[in-house]
Amino acid sequence: MRHDHLITSKQLSRADIETVLDRAAEIADDPAAVADRHANAVLGLLFFEPSTRTKMSFETAMKRLGGSVVDMGSVESSSVKKGETLADTVRVIEGYADALVLRHPKQGAAAMASEFVDVPLLNAGDGAGHHPTQTMLDLYTIRENAGLDDLTIGIMGDLKYGRTVHSLAYALTNFDTRQHFISPESLQLPREVVYDLHQQDDTQIREHEALESVLSSLDVLYVTRIQRERFPDENEYQKVAGEYQIDLETLEEASDELTIMHPLPRVDEIAPEIDETEHAAYFEQAHNGVPVRMALLDLLLAGGEADE
Amino acid sequence: MSDDHDHHDGNADHELRVSKIQDGTVIDHVRGGQALNVLAILGIDGSEGEEVSVGMNVPSDRLARKDIVKVEGRELSQDEVDVLSLIAPDASINIVRDYDVVEKHRVERPAVVEGVLSCPNMDCITTDGEPVTSRFEVLQDGVRCSYCGTIVREGIAELIDTH
Repeated sequence: MRHDHLITSKQLSRADIETVLDRAAEIADDPAAVADRHANAVLGLLFFEPSTRTKMSFETAMKRLGGSVVDMGSVESSSVKKGETLADTVRVIEGYADALVLRHPKQGAAAMASEFVDVPLLNAGDGAGHHPTQTMLDLYTIRENAGLDDLTIGIMGDLKYGRTVHSLAYALTNFDTRQHFISPESLQLPREVVYDLHQQDDTQIREHEALESVLSSLDVLYVTRIQRERFPDENEYQKVAGEYQIDLETLEEASDELTIMHPLPRVDEIAPEIDETEHAAYFEQAHNGVPVRMALLDLLLAGGEADE
Repeated sequence: MSDDHDHHDGNADHELRVSKIQDGTVIDHVRGGQALNVLAILGIDGSEGEEVSVGMNVPSDRLARKDIVKVEGRELSQDEVDVLSLIAPDASINIVRDYDVVEKHRVERPAVVEGVLSCPNMDCITTDGEPVTSRFEVLQDGVRCSYCGTIVREGIAELIDTH
């Protein structure tokens, strides 16, 4: 990896992705080997939106590399409340940290912020835009469970607003994959995303409204949450969301090898009865956030010197 | 000069393009109805006393209807021509000195336009009071915000930031 920042999965080549995933696998195998690797390094956390797992896994990742974190805290308690621009905030915090992690409600926030700082900046979500570190842990989980080539993946749920979906779809175009997008018509992929996916050679994407039409062909089913607030009323939400929930009965048509993923938190789109089956990979997926973020921090803090 | 624009014969097109201003620019073959947007892009509203002639929806051989803009005493820069290409991709630019056309070129679409358009996406960081200059990549059939990725194919002229 020769990048200064991680803003979108679109910037990553297949070789970049494999470098990160290989490094994550090494770290997962022998975490003790990197326990002091970034001793004294400080990671700045700037979360302008609430986050549990992304923030905590970054914290854990930095600490397991021997470093520490400084946290801006909530927006309510910070200078942002006084009207400070994001450009100013990152320029100040840059002086306190060796790398920055930014989550922000506005699209393009990480891209803009990265233009104002010299330390590596990692995008931890910019509105409905991108979430590339989630994508890397998703790819890692897919590689561990099903492999990334000759892969048939179904991505289901809220495809319009789901930034994890957009980032993952871009990244998968680097591999030999067939992508099926399953959603209600009102929550289909944004046209910008479809446009970009079609810019890639050999992209195989299809859009569907029903899971049944593709379920039996899938190696991986990536489920996302359909949020109530996307619908004008409760009835409409219940009607639509119900069609995109899976339980053991749904899976009768699926391959025994099917891997089920979810970026979490889930509400009721995956029935708890699935948790105990071989299909369920979503908790493992969440745990993979630590070695993958350790690998990303290691590569970015080392300025690419680990690129071998 | 404005009487030129009432002519509908083939020669009128030719006459209009060449010799009616002494020094300045004639922007010809602008898509019908876009002349005022051309002036907006160039920041010309007449308040500086510039001598400007505008012909709108004039019959044309190349376009069904075209607009023509003539600006006395102003030669367009390459940046200005680049931006014009977004709303007037068929335009030809004639630089006139001492009543002669000394340069004549077609517009070319630039790869990127900066600081000209404002992003229509209200969730884009560039619309949030940050000290950042807007930047759009120019696509085959539209423009795309470099920050949030929003693609605009129609109504680009409405995004021109005239402030």
